[in-house]
Amino acid sequence: MPTGSTKRRLTSGAALVVAALVTTTACGGGDGGDSDSKGAGYNAALNKIANPSKKKGGTLKMVGKQDLDSADPQRAYYGMTWDFMRFYTRQLVTYDTKPGKAGTKLVPDLATSTAKISDDGKTYTYKLRDGLTWEDGSKLTSKDVKYGIERAWATDTITGGPGYIRQTLDPKTKYKGPYKDKGGLDAIETPDDQTIIFKLPKRNGDFEQFLAMPTGSPVKEAKDTKAKYTQRPFSSGPYKFQEYKSNKKIVLVRNDKWKKSSDPIRAALPDKIDVTISANQEENDKKLMEGDFDLDINGTGMTQSGRVSAVTDHRGNVDNMHTSFVRYVALIHNAKPFDNVHCRKAVFYATDFASIQQTRGGKVAAGDIANSTFPVAIPGYSKYDPYGVLERKGKPDVAKAKDELKQCGKPSGFTTKLTARSNNPGEVDAAEALQQALDKVGIKVQVDSLDGADTSSITGSPSVVKKRGYGMTMSGWGPDFPSGQGYAQPLFDSRFLNPTGNYNESQIKDKKVDALFDKAIAETDPAAAGEVYKELDKKILDQADWMPFLYEKNITWRGSRLTNAYMSDGYNGRYDYASLGVVK
Amino acid sequence: MLAYLIRRLIAVIIMVLVVLLATFTVFFMLPKWAGQDIAVLFAGKATGAEQIEGIRTKLGLDDPLLVQFWDFVKGIPMGRDYVNGSDVTHCPAPCFGYSFRTEAPVWETLKEALPVTLALAAGACVLWLAAGVATGVVSALKRGTFWDRSAMTIALGGVSLPVFFTGMIAMGIFVHQLGWVKIADSLSTDDSAGVWLQTMILPWIVLAFLNAAMYARLTRATMLEVLGEDYIRTARAKGLGEATVIRKHALRSAMTPILTVFGLDLGVLLGGAVLTESTFNLPGLGLEAVRAISSKDLPVILGVTLFAALAIAVANLVVDLMYAVIDPRVRLG
Repeated sequence: MPTGSTKRRLTSGAALVVAALVTTTACGGGDGGDSDSKGAGYNAALNKIANPSKKKGGTLKMVGKQDLDSADPQRAYYGMTWDFMRFYTRQLVTYDTKPGKAGTKLVPDLATSTAKISDDGKTYTYKLRDGLTWEDGSKLTSKDVKYGIERAWATDTITGGPGYIRQTLDPKTKYKGPYKDKGGLDAIETPDDQTIIFKLPKRNGDFEQFLAMPTGSPVKEAKDTKAKYTQRPFSSGPYKFQEYKSNKKIVLVRNDKWKKSSDPIRAALPDKIDVTISANQEENDKKLMEGDFDLDINGTGMTQSGRVSAVTDHRGNVDNMHTSFVRYVALIHNAKPFDNVHCRKAVFYATDFASIQQTRGGKVAAGDIANSTFPVAIPGYSKYDPYGVLERKGKPDVAKAKDELKQCGKPSGFTTKLTARSNNPGEVDAAEALQQALDKVGIKVQVDSLDGADTSSITGSPSVVKKRGYGMTMSGWGPDFPSGQGYAQPLFDSRFLNPTGNYNESQIKDKKVDALFDKAIAETDPAAAGEVYKELDKKILDQADWMPFLYEKNITWRGSRLTNAYMSDGYNGRYDYASLGVVK
Repeated sequence: MLAYLIRRLIAVIIMVLVVLLATFTVFFMLPKWAGQDIAVLFAGKATGAEQIEGIRTKLGLDDPLLVQFWDFVKGIPMGRDYVNGSDVTHCPAPCFGYSFRTEAPVWETLKEALPVTLALAAGACVLWLAAGVATGVVSALKRGTFWDRSAMTIALGGVSLPVFFTGMIAMGIFVHQLGWVKIADSLSTDDSAGVWLQTMILPWIVLAFLNAAMYARLTRATMLEVLGEDYIRTARAKGLGEATVIRKHALRSAMTPILTVFGLDLGVLLGGAVLTESTFNLPGLGLEAVRAISSKDLPVILGVTLFAALAIAVANLVVDLMYAVIDPRVRLG
């Protein structure tokens, strides 16, 4: 129809106009806003500190599309929230305020030193520092730490948040939480106000990692407003809430009762921290580039249009951040023909990793091609590459793929279904790139795109997966805390195979894998645990259970006003918020 | 008249209840039929069995759908207590539900979002009615001229360009390039009229542009039709001034269909202008709905849907009543 073609021409013309306008306005705006100051340089915050400074004052201005999942320390589970919480919560131990991998080291925070661990590895003792205070000036004691941790047991009121401490200290959940059971949790003892002792029923070498999560934060019982605590948490850190309007605004101001002498971690440079939640991410990127805001609190990278103009015109304000996320395809074991290891290997050989990387935005915006199931920052990663993926620079090996298909008894290929999340930018495109590559060896893939929020109840439910006939699921995974347990156990351990909310998507049921986890977790030396995880990674790869394809990278904006900006592996590669300042 | 009003009001209430039941079914039953567990949706990353069980009790997902529905409806006039684990929260009337994401009654959220949506709708509809009707009338009178053609071409553009497109361009030019207006990062009733005006002016124009275009085309078509009627010829033959003929005879009767459309548009707008509000980050009902959907905050979704349905129903009722004022031929009985 003639009208149809005119309309199409009109829209494509309009698209060109808007593209031109968007780019010119972005440059124009940037020139105006940043004329007096320049960024500290490309990747200036990667493994080093951009603009080191000790000057106090000013307002740190953050913007984000998404609000904190909860401001209640025992209920939060987003990485960005944990990073932000160091402004107003403290833990016995926390991540060191150092760039890169050094930021994964645990250092004492409320405690005078890291734990004194008994010889059997089951008793952890901490002494609290002197001069610890709450925002009303009252003394912060070991009982407050115990009470805060106990809140995590009140799962009907304190919903959300990780369950690690709960599962470790009370595996059978006998305790019902402080609201129902005034007796308190037996596994935590507070002989005096300065001492706290944890008694583990079973060794867990990562126990201090659990205490470093905001779940391990103290809460003052008299100020506990239960479910409503998220609206106004009571501060033990250098800042306190002045205003919190959920989905709109957070304003933190100095907590004048906090003593720097009691806190070696937090620099507390800005006078005020101002967070704006704003829905239009393209617009947020523009405002970042114009200097209205200093950084994106979500830390998930810029939008496509934003990163193009950021990289071209403001290279000095850009960091190519390595997150600890691995993008992967889980091959579902009991979905035919993936019950045969050769059919799984055929997928490894036939996959065009390089084209998936290109589809997602290339080496800079998407990330590096992956070989190990572990991200580089987690002990367990090695250069082991049994399928020669890195050697071929991500290109497929069609001959080997066909050979594996023959051994699998499917020489002409087979048909299967793959899921991808529609609201994860680029994931459906990546799934389609994989579809094309597998098609070349006769593996016909049907791509089923799902809403990301639904995945926990669809791909996370083995019965739904079976009913819908899925053979592969595409997704991304990052560690809750930087160890093999925090990263890999939900993915590969058969005891984590849940009827819903399951992340062992390959449905691996292997006693040897489970035994390796037990061995590594009981190990209190991280290096020794790392060696066990390397063995585990090798096993998973050899069996072709789970195919990693990218180590994720983001293009992140670092405002020109920011001082002490560096990316911390302790917070999945985000800037370490507690150290930031805004005055040079 | 009174009987008519009562009948219509009852119809409004029934319609709103039906919408509510449909929304309930979509969000609570469809996932269940598809084999999904709503409590798991809420749990997000936290997946322990006791966590999921906690969420289930907290949201009252164990009760049958009709019980949940009835509890919700009853809460609107009566208020309601929510059991938050070991904590009981009272949600005072009008209780439109309680959001466990923000730990606040939904009505609080609606109450804050409403002024933004009202301001956006009011400003935009004044603009588009004035501009749209005026353009339409002039175009009809100067049919076939250069003015008519260019006005109708622009109107075609207005109808076919989506708000996020014109909105982004408008912001690119007036906010980022020229710096004439500054859009506030968030809006509340504490902000001054100046801040509101600065923030609202572009959304008003962008939203009005979209609608004015439609109204211009509609007005032009109706006016042309009416101007061809016999009674217009009669009026002119009587020797009435052209201005009176147009204003009192033609426009008045041409207004009836425009008013009908206007009532619907205004109702929809009061339910939240989703695209405009998201583009300009105006914290109104539309943006609240988007946020609620992306964070699966069912009580807020229900609250906004209910409010939108109410707005549309009431706007329609008002329009029907207005007919009597504008067009004496319409008798309500």
